[in-house]
Amino acid sequence: MDFLIFQVPMLTVQAVLDGLLLGILFALIAYGMALQWGVMNIINIAQGDLVILGGYIAYFMYLYGIHPAWGVIVSPIIMYFVGVIIYKLVINKVVDRDLFISILATFGISILFMQLMNFAFGADVVLANSGYGTTMLFDNSVTLPNSKIFSAFISIVFAIGLVIYMKKSKLGRAIRATAQNARAAKILGVDTEKVYAATFGINAALCGVAGALISITFTIHPYMGLPYTIRSFMIVIVAGLGNLPGVAMSGMGLGVFEEFADYILGTEFRIGSVFLLLVLILVYRRFKLSKKREYLK
Amino acid sequence: MNKNIILYAAILIFGIAAPFVFPAFKVQLSILCILIILAITWNVQGGEMGYNTFGNILFYGLGMYLCASVQVGMFFPLAEWTEGGGEKTFVHTPAQFFQGFAVGLAVAAVVPAIVAGLIGYSILGLRGHYFAICTLGLGVAAGEISGGIEIIGAGQGFTTPPFPKVGSLEARGEFFYFCSFVVLVFTFLAVKAIYSTRFKLVLNAIRDNEDKAEAMGIQTMKYKIIGWMISAFFCGLAGGIMGGLVGYIDSTDVAFDGREMGVFMVLMAILGGKGTLWGPVIGATVFHIFKEGFWTFFLGWQYVALGVLIVVIVIYFPEGIMGWLREKYPERFGEVVDEADRKAQVELK
Repeated sequence: MDFLIFQVPMLTVQAVLDGLLLGILFALIAYGMALQWGVMNIINIAQGDLVILGGYIAYFMYLYGIHPAWGVIVSPIIMYFVGVIIYKLVINKVVDRDLFISILATFGISILFMQLMNFAFGADVVLANSGYGTTMLFDNSVTLPNSKIFSAFISIVFAIGLVIYMKKSKLGRAIRATAQNARAAKILGVDTEKVYAATFGINAALCGVAGALISITFTIHPYMGLPYTIRSFMIVIVAGLGNLPGVAMSGMGLGVFEEFADYILGTEFRIGSVFLLLVLILVYRRFKLSKKREYLK
Repeated sequence: MNKNIILYAAILIFGIAAPFVFPAFKVQLSILCILIILAITWNVQGGEMGYNTFGNILFYGLGMYLCASVQVGMFFPLAEWTEGGGEKTFVHTPAQFFQGFAVGLAVAAVVPAIVAGLIGYSILGLRGHYFAICTLGLGVAAGEISGGIEIIGAGQGFTTPPFPKVGSLEARGEFFYFCSFVVLVFTFLAVKAIYSTRFKLVLNAIRDNEDKAEAMGIQTMKYKIIGWMISAFFCGLAGGIMGGLVGYIDSTDVAFDGREMGVFMVLMAILGGKGTLWGPVIGATVFHIFKEGFWTFFLGWQYVALGVLIVVIVIYFPEGIMGWLREKYPERFGEVVDEADRKAQVELK
């Protein structure tokens, strides 16, 4: 192995910038996961498949001649309803059951979505070309596609919008109340069933935005969902539930890690290194907690 | 007791006679044996110990690669074999093939158990869903990483040694069937023996309340690791045989196939009934028959069916077949039922 990245220092800058812009997208997906985990105590393995589905919506708009950037608005609207339907059909039956049941049920949904997308859209790796061009930095040694800057900007806009919405709106307050204590919220007249459905819908909508952005900046493929789930899970456990700056920071950290892993280990180990990092993080946290005679729960 | 002996004898006779009675289904029957082994091993951990894992596929795939690598590596250079067309350049003599396979199976069983022991202390300290996701990550990472290692074929796969020309044309199928059947019987008897000792009670105590078990003076970590090692041992064996049976190992589609085998073993154990001896056996049999029927008639839709099946089983049938039977006929399971109590429960419902 020749470590090209150490010979050409500008590649480090490239990797860091790419990683940061990628990480913002991860953070957006992880935010959705943290939301539903905190509110409904559900770990959604199908998270990544929702992202990919959102990406295909933008891709289809691109195929029919509409600029894929509009997918950022259309995709979340469609995905919101997809999320609510999934909630009504499956999730509401597993909300207050054992966590493993919810993991397994969403795993089933994930397999189902994967295969349905494979039927509907084919097994090719696709990309919605936005035609935004690229920006050159530092004497043309660092290339930065404008679509990546666009996607990072949109992610930040959506994340800030959602934070404000959760703070100010009635539904946002109901969601936060349910997350704190579902029983008390119910007593005080919050329709928790509706709150859960809305939470899952908002999560799916966030996935839709992220998916549309991913289809513009990177590529999508029906089977690429699971790594996104694992990444968002990882970000959430590093940052902790309800810690938004933490989610953003660890998302960007993960993005940078991945870019470096890509350069140093090679692209074929990229996904493997993400999954391995998850195991390492969990083991690290387990040893740290076991000193205090506690465990991850 | 007498009834049980008759039942076991009947199953044993059926198992021995099956490949001759249904010669066309030999491969299917071998796969059924492998599936039952996997379901039983998953149940040791997921059902009895309460540590629901998605990662036992790690040991299965490890066993598969190890068995094939040892079988080749004992006689020929492994790197040249996997480079492409190796199986045509080097040919195992029958003695080499069987010798290699036997040693390979031994390695395929022991090494995964050791690996489970080594990583057990770190991983089994996680609980609940963290453990589930962590093992899911392990399984996928193993698949991705093994797909990048040159010496075991990387992305293009690894052809296991072809069966030597001995006996009739049926010899290959019969050999692998009896291999898997013998391992199945061995697994079942071993697990049955384990379940009749204090060890099973400890595992159940860990499942029901780990903190209390620890407070009672049980070294839970030790038992958890041993439980996982038992699971890994038989998983590796099953993987080794499956590698020979399939004849071709691919990192993500055959060996570390989390999307198929990794989910199947969980599903079969849950379908049959977690935490029972016979549950996984029944679950695997029902699942395999259903799967084969469905896979044949609705080709291409199998994953859709699998996804729906998982959701339906998990939501509506989490107790499984044995759980359902137990609720219906509690007397058969040796539970003493008080009539008044039962009536009261019905009224409560």
